[in-house]
Amino acid sequence: MLEADNLECVRGERRLFAGLGFRLAAGELLYLQGRNGSGKTSLLRMLLGLLPPEHGEIRWHGQPIRKLADDYRADLCYLGHLNAIKEELTPLENLLAAARLADEDLSEDDAIDALEQVGLAGREDLACKYLSQGQKRRVALARLVKEKRPLWILDEPFVALDIAAVDWLAGLISGHLQRGGLAVMTTHQPVSIAAGTVRELRLG
Amino acid sequence: MFKIILAVVGRDLKLAMRRQADIVSALFFFIIVVSLFPLGVGPEPDLLRTLAPGVLWVAALLATMLSLPRLFADDYRDGTLEQLALAPHPLGLIVTGKVIAHWLCSGLPLALIAPVLGVQFDLSAEALIVLTGTILLGTPALSGIGAIGAALTLGLRGGGVLLSLLVLPLYIPVLIFGAGAVDATVSGLGGEGHLSLLAALTFASLGFAPWASAAALKIALE
Amino acid sequence: MKDRFNLYRFASPATFYPLAGKMIPWFAAAAVVFGAAGLWLGMLVAPTDFQQGEGYRIIFIHVPASWMSMFIYLVMAFWAAIGLAFNTRLSGMMTQALAPTGALMAFLSLWTGALWGKPMWGTWWVWDARLTSELILLFLYIGYLALTAAIDDVRRADKAGALLLLVGVVNIPIIYFSVQWWNTLHQGSSVNLAKSSMAVTMLWGMLLMALCFWMYSIAIALARVRTIMLERERHADWARAELAGKQA
Repeated sequence: MLEADNLECVRGERRLFAGLGFRLAAGELLYLQGRNGSGKTSLLRMLLGLLPPEHGEIRWHGQPIRKLADDYRADLCYLGHLNAIKEELTPLENLLAAARLADEDLSEDDAIDALEQVGLAGREDLACKYLSQGQKRRVALARLVKEKRPLWILDEPFVALDIAAVDWLAGLISGHLQRGGLAVMTTHQPVSIAAGTVRELRLG
Repeated sequence: MFKIILAVVGRDLKLAMRRQADIVSALFFFIIVVSLFPLGVGPEPDLLRTLAPGVLWVAALLATMLSLPRLFADDYRDGTLEQLALAPHPLGLIVTGKVIAHWLCSGLPLALIAPVLGVQFDLSAEALIVLTGTILLGTPALSGIGAIGAALTLGLRGGGVLLSLLVLPLYIPVLIFGAGAVDATVSGLGGEGHLSLLAALTFASLGFAPWASAAALKIALE
Repeated sequence: MKDRFNLYRFASPATFYPLAGKMIPWFAAAAVVFGAAGLWLGMLVAPTDFQQGEGYRIIFIHVPASWMSMFIYLVMAFWAAIGLAFNTRLSGMMTQALAPTGALMAFLSLWTGALWGKPMWGTWWVWDARLTSELILLFLYIGYLALTAAIDDVRRADKAGALLLLVGVVNIPIIYFSVQWWNTLHQGSSVNLAKSSMAVTMLWGMLLMALCFWMYSIAIALARVRTIMLERERHADWARAELAGKQA
């Protein structure tokens, strides 16, 4: 269970939000909404533990995430608006390297299977610099296919995806929620997620 | 603990192998800078022998500086640095891995080419061995201390120049003990004292610098 | 959180700003008094050195400037540690306010050292261990100023600067030691700074000048920190009131 309590965020000279709190239980999805500059990204970075809040606390299973540190991050999977893939490596190498750094067991077969699911079959061994923007995004999304960690934090995951890919990703998130996972995501476009309880939080 | 360090070293080495041009150009920079000195000061062997340790060491500092700005900048730009910071390991260990990889790609090649350049300066066989030894022993400290500067200047305009401004003063002890060991050997005083101090510096900075760099990276990622 | 600990209240800009304003005239006046007394003792009363003539009198500026340059760096490192540990806003402002004065002192120390060296040693510069260390200290100050100037976000600038200060302060003894070691190996130490026993008036003059530099540094740092506070907190109520009052 993810809890945020009385969070306050100050960026530069502006107070983006204060007194913000929510609870998110297993199988629940939190939509963060708000116009640009309302603090969505800052809130995500707080939830990731990268940005310490001015006030307030974030707890994971009742423990402050600052204290949990590595243990919290072991439960956390983040997909940012940057793809976090290396241009020099192939999609397969990227997936395997990411899994190794995150301490996950990902076999080569699983990785190839994940790449097939995102429509990159046959491109596993091509350096990512030769892929199109859309294909690079799919490499980044492929990380989620075999992802077992309970908390997903996704920053604008649907941006620049075609309709089929949006449906596929929505299905992936539904499956995650059905398995008892939690997800927090920012999005501009409403996407229907079939399973799980959807909560909304509007900033600004 | 070693698993994560190895994973990072492996990843960074693989990346470096796909862009060998970077390693090679830093190496050629080193060779060219060192070769310029005889042209500037004249070819007298006695003068060159005196200058050699300092010239090689200063050139090694500069060559290391050359590759430092990219130590974290590439990972920062494509978002992998965030993923590294979110990995379930202390960031200091991950940075340790990156520092080791940086040394393997910058310090180690310098040490391997240094004896060849030392011959150009008419150094004795004994001095060549000590020179190679000091560069092998001292460059890890350069990578470690440099990582702090690279992390502090991450994503800043004019980062490269700023990085040299921050890091070069901190390199002074390494320069003094590194060049001093060769000097002492050439003059027959024996360089053991210098070498052990150099080793102490390297171990201290490898222990301390990754954690300071990790703190700086966290500030940059806020 | 608020008022839990007195230091926090004291360290809040709204309380510190008026307090600093009240203290500045006192420190400034003390600097003038000590400076006048110190210069009088140093320039007029202290006897002419039988070896160095009148030229030695520059040490009444040189020595206090060197002391201050080192001490200010330590004070900045202290504030940096406080800032990183307790996340107080005041710490970053204090280090920012102290840095230019520290750099000035280091520069002054080098400059007066050179002026002293020319008549005494016949050269503007020697690679003496102390001179070299002071030069490196100046580099460290410049590095700090350049780093914090390059970062637009004030909080990031404060934190990064604080980290650099701590790294610097760990390194200073190592640098100092290595330069000393290097110096004894290279120089036959033709220059010896240790002088014959100092006259009592000289000692007093030096002490008074040191106090003057202290008071000056405190006054100027407080004045600078007040400006920084107003600039950074211009949207806070107290700062608006302050600025409105000034315009009226």
